[in-house]
Amino acid sequence: MLIELNDIRKVFNQGKHNEFSAIRGISLQIEPNKVTCLKGASGSGKTTLLSMIGCLSRPTSGRITLGEQNISGLPERFLTDIRRHTFGFIFQKFNLIQGLSVLENIMLPAYPLGTPHEALMDYAHSLLGHFGLSRLSTSPVEWLSGGEAQRVAICRAMINDPEILIADEPTANLDSKLSREFMGLVDDLHQSGKTVLITSHDPIVFDSPVINRVVEMCDGQVLKDEPCY
Amino acid sequence: MTKFIRKQRYLIDFTLSSLLRRKTKNLGLLLVYTLIVFILASVMLFTHALRSEAGIILQESPEIILQRMVAGRHALMPAEYLEKIGRVRGVVRKEGRLWGYFYDYATKSNYTMMAAPDKGLSNSEVIIGAGIARVRWLGIGDFISFNSFDGKTYTFEVKEILDSESELVSSDLVLMSETAWRTTLGVPEGYFTDIVLSVRNPREVSKIAGKLTLKLPDTRPILRDEILRTYDSVFAWRQGITFVLLAGAVLAFVIFAWDKASGLSAEEKREIGILKAVGWETGDVLHMKFWEGGIISLSAFMLGYLAAYVHVFYGSAVLFEPVLKGWAVLYPEFHPVPFIDGMQVATLFFFTVFPYTVATIIPIWRASITDPDTVMR
Amino acid sequence: MLLSPAILALILVSVTVSLMLLLASGFAIQIITLWDINSGSEQQLVLERRTYLISTLLTWAFVAELVSLLLFVYNAESMSGQFVGAMCATGVLNVNVWGWPTLFLKMIVFFSGAAWLTLNYLDNQGYDYPLVKLKYSLLLLIVPLVIAEFVVQLLHFQEMEPDVIVSCCGSLFSSESESVAAGVAGIQPRIAMLAFYVSGLAMLLSGVWFLRRKSGGILFAVMGVAVFVISMIAIVSFVSPYIYEHPHHHCPFCILKSGHDFAGYFLYIPLFVAAVLALGVGVISPWAKVPSLAASVVKDAPRLAWLSMALFAMVYAMSTWMVLSSSLTMQGVWW
Ligand SMILES: Nc1ncnc2c1ncn2[C@@H]1O[C@H](COP(=O)(O)OP(=O)(O)OP(=O)(O)O)[C@@H](O)[C@H]1O
Ligand SMILES: [Mg+2]
Repeated sequence: MLIELNDIRKVFNQGKHNEFSAIRGISLQIEPNKVTCLKGASGSGKTTLLSMIGCLSRPTSGRITLGEQNISGLPERFLTDIRRHTFGFIFQKFNLIQGLSVLENIMLPAYPLGTPHEALMDYAHSLLGHFGLSRLSTSPVEWLSGGEAQRVAICRAMINDPEILIADEPTANLDSKLSREFMGLVDDLHQSGKTVLITSHDPIVFDSPVINRVVEMCDGQVLKDEPCY
Repeated sequence: MTKFIRKQRYLIDFTLSSLLRRKTKNLGLLLVYTLIVFILASVMLFTHALRSEAGIILQESPEIILQRMVAGRHALMPAEYLEKIGRVRGVVRKEGRLWGYFYDYATKSNYTMMAAPDKGLSNSEVIIGAGIARVRWLGIGDFISFNSFDGKTYTFEVKEILDSESELVSSDLVLMSETAWRTTLGVPEGYFTDIVLSVRNPREVSKIAGKLTLKLPDTRPILRDEILRTYDSVFAWRQGITFVLLAGAVLAFVIFAWDKASGLSAEEKREIGILKAVGWETGDVLHMKFWEGGIISLSAFMLGYLAAYVHVFYGSAVLFEPVLKGWAVLYPEFHPVPFIDGMQVATLFFFTVFPYTVATIIPIWRASITDPDTVMR
Repeated sequence: MLLSPAILALILVSVTVSLMLLLASGFAIQIITLWDINSGSEQQLVLERRTYLISTLLTWAFVAELVSLLLFVYNAESMSGQFVGAMCATGVLNVNVWGWPTLFLKMIVFFSGAAWLTLNYLDNQGYDYPLVKLKYSLLLLIVPLVIAEFVVQLLHFQEMEPDVIVSCCGSLFSSESESVAAGVAGIQPRIAMLAFYVSGLAMLLSGVWFLRRKSGGILFAVMGVAVFVISMIAIVSFVSPYIYEHPHHHCPFCILKSGHDFAGYFLYIPLFVAAVLALGVGVISPWAKVPSLAASVVKDAPRLAWLSMALFAMVYAMSTWMVLSSSLTMQGVWW
């Protein structure tokens, strides 16, 4: 699905004294089945842009179209519905729920969809198998190492079989070996036909051969946009 | 539809596990909640039991009691009034009764003394209520003395102790023969305390009462239905007053619930943030939270009601004993017949579950509208 | 004023529900004036999130109203011992002029709440919330009903005089007296029965029409409400005497008692639900032309219509069975 951004702006604390314009007129096209990386200094607005693309928040103005559909004006109720079918999220701090088992954490995003339990379990187990986590399926997530937690987070992002994966600073909590491993997993996902969108200021990520395109941001605007081969 | 049900099942599953993960916090809430239900349910069941008990007793009493009034006061009833009444259509039985009160200095309590000609008692025998037997340590065959109106002391043998079936009124009762009664309490031959009439058809009661006041203008008929009605409203009123007094407790509970619901820990806030980020909608979080409230309410309601049920019907309402004991020395031991009544359950629901739910609506809504992108910061 | 826990509870509920609705309508007014679905502003987001609060408040208010309707009847039933002449709820409702209006207002609030929630449900299916201003304007119309219910109910309880001799179902629903209730009971059972079955048939036809032609949803809703009213009259006029097996005992409440096998619940529950569903069809079906709602109208309206017809059929089957299995015979008297 092609993602198209047209003059996107995001203003925080509108109309208050601390009004702040985080994104100032970005137009972009993100092609399907590519790995795109947003890079830029801290505070340049990468996360903000990513959350708008991933239907987590709405732009103050501008149009975002996802395939055929204009999503920028949709109420939250419908944004959520699109989000859970289309996007999978991998967060910097993994954001697993403490006290639940690995399996339960993975299945969480599927609960509101009312997927039949059997099918859901099967799929969750096959994901765990694929990422080498079968052994851990019943362990509480507190026990996991950083790398394992990362892979659990990927499984969770995959549970609703989304077309687009969004990862915000996925390697910030990993050492360089694990970061490279992560890029390997991203490559697998890319090979299996997913669109991947990553933000990072980690050279291991944006210099990796897996990345198809790097978009550099500064102060809420696009600085440089170059394909990598 | 099945999808909807499956979804709710997932939500309930998740809710249960999250309740268990925060045991201490939820246990505290459950405890307070259960206590409130227990107190209110106990009051309701107890007063209702008292009322129906009184109703059962009155059911056996005669339809009309006729009292003579002199100068606006209750006076003795001359025996010839029985003949004066003559034959009234619909009255199946009429008789004079002898009863009164006796103050016992030893136990500082009042006994109800009644003549019971149909019990076949000799002049030196009495039947006493279980309450008197308890405070005076009496068994069958023991002796009890009463001071008569003219200062003499008469001693009686206890022939029987009334069973505790309807102890509520029989607790302080003393039954004796007519002669013994007249000798002890000093009511001369030819007078009764009042006259009772049994009426076959309840619809005719008020018509008969009207006829009686015409025939005997110095008497006042008291109808059983009227007493029942008064009992009903007195008990309902008493219950109402108790509830008003307990309103403070309910209010405190509501504030407590509000506080619990709005004071989410950082942990819980983060959890809701994660749920929203991974694709839960505001409505899903709302549902989940209301399931949580529902599960807590249901458990507290069942536990509290059950405890109150056991307390009132199998534990003789021990916690209320001190209160009742203050009213009467001859505190009746009380074994009411268990019952459950839809109206009571609905009322209780409105005093506990409903305020709890209303108090938590806004805090729950606040939690559910967490920005889905908070976890990215 | 009689003070009992049930009365306190009923007053408490109506006060709380009124406050909840006032709060909701405050938000509703903000939404009506400030709503702009195309804006990406933070204010719009705040308004959108408030709609969840309003729906929640209304859902609970509706549930509370439903339980309070039940409690009101139970309470009237239980207070019948406190009034001379009252043998059941009817007598207590007759204690003063406010009794029956309270009951009817509770029913009206129940139905309008249900209709509003259906409209709200439909609107939430459209990605552009096309009915937002309409539904919140309608919400403002429910508020006076709820407040009226509160006031009338309070008057009913406040002016209860235990000394008043009231007329109960025996005399109120007897054909000789002149009240409206008597008018209802005094309707020739033959006419009532004719109206009952004819209106049922008409409703069935309008339902079939609606399902086949996808139009006439409002007609179906009107028929549903009419059948609801006629069924109520029919229950008073000829179904209840058959249940009591007594030709002059017309009472809509005594059939709820255990002595009559709780027959009333088997009639009233399907009847109320069926009427609510029929009303829902009327609320939903006119919006098939709104593009964002068309899909859910096409999906949901026939479902509601089917369910409603099934439940009405159940009411008819139940009452027919109750009449046929009764040992009361009115051959030659009524027909
Ligand atoms: N909710 C908010 N309210 C006010 N300002 C905000 C809010 N969210 C983000 N900002 C501001 O917007 C700017 C962009 O933030 P953003 O998180 O997108 O940066 P980033 O590029 O992801 O930075 P980093 O690389 O450190 O993650 C920052 O200056 C931040 O302070
Ligand atoms: Mg960031």
